[in-house]
Amino acid sequence: MEFNTNFILGCSAIGAGLAVIAGIGPGVGQGIAAGHAAAAVGRNPGAKSDVTSTMLLGQAVAETTGLYGLLIAMLLLFVKPLVP
Amino acid sequence: MGEGILLSAADIDFMVHGVFPYELFGQTVWITTTHVCVLIVMLVIIGFCIAANRVVKHAAEVPGTFQNIVELVVEMLDNMVGGVMGKYAVGFRNYIGTIFIFILLSNISGLFGLRPPTADYGVTFALGIMTFVTIHFNKFKHQKVKGVIRGLCDPWPIWAPINVIGDVAVPISLSLRLFANILSGVVMMALVYGLLAKIAVIWPAALHVYFDLFSGAIQTYVFCMLTMTYITDACTTE
Repeated sequence: MEFNTNFILGCSAIGAGLAVIAGIGPGVGQGIAAGHAAAAVGRNPGAKSDVTSTMLLGQAVAETTGLYGLLIAMLLLFVKPLVP
Repeated sequence: MGEGILLSAADIDFMVHGVFPYELFGQTVWITTTHVCVLIVMLVIIGFCIAANRVVKHAAEVPGTFQNIVELVVEMLDNMVGGVMGKYAVGFRNYIGTIFIFILLSNISGLFGLRPPTADYGVTFALGIMTFVTIHFNKFKHQKVKGVIRGLCDPWPIWAPINVIGDVAVPISLSLRLFANILSGVVMMALVYGLLAKIAVIWPAALHVYFDLFSGAIQTYVFCMLTMTYITDACTTE
């Protein structure tokens, strides 16, 4: 059975779209981190700068899994590893 | 086919380009835009360093503007490293300060029309490898061979392969995080300027502030913070 290039490109685009769904996880995680940081600042406004920097560090680390999905999408769209 | 989108898609350009090729041991090697941009960033840093050196040699009692800036930068980096690494900070202020300034300037160089060098996996992977070597050098130096083996067999000896995978994943995840963040900014800006060229007048400045300044600064901070945490972890003996 033979597939032509356009079919593979279309499937790669669908795969790229599916890979970007990985962004849901970091979105939820960063939201939880931001919510807890807001609660912490509300309880102790003096520690605002410490809380903010800790929150940003944690969010940036949590973002990694979403970025892996983004990388897969980029590879599928622009490097086209599946096209013979 | 949507002609409009496809035609304007021809202007989208965020790839690394070759500038000129040369032969090395029978292989064709390319000088790419990344090399050129790294060189420009390095020249800017070297120029700043020469100026800072001159100003610090003739340091005045009442500091001028430039001396103030230099002192501010050095003090900020010193406090950051000292705050995280504590008593192990002594030997690492130079290293962490250097990679901090280099990554920060690389990330925000997108503002000045360069393609950020950190949007090339070759650059970030080199930074990750440097961190990896530093971590393991310090691990062997402080914990000795016995401590390293004990760390590998942490809960039980059968756990060793998983610990090895965890060690190898550190530089890869560090470098991929930096690379993918900056690359996503580069791609977004290229899409905005390529597809919306007719109406991209002033508002892309806001996107530049987010993708280049904010994201770049945060990722620089995260890279240095994680490097410091890992090194402190490697230095700590039981």
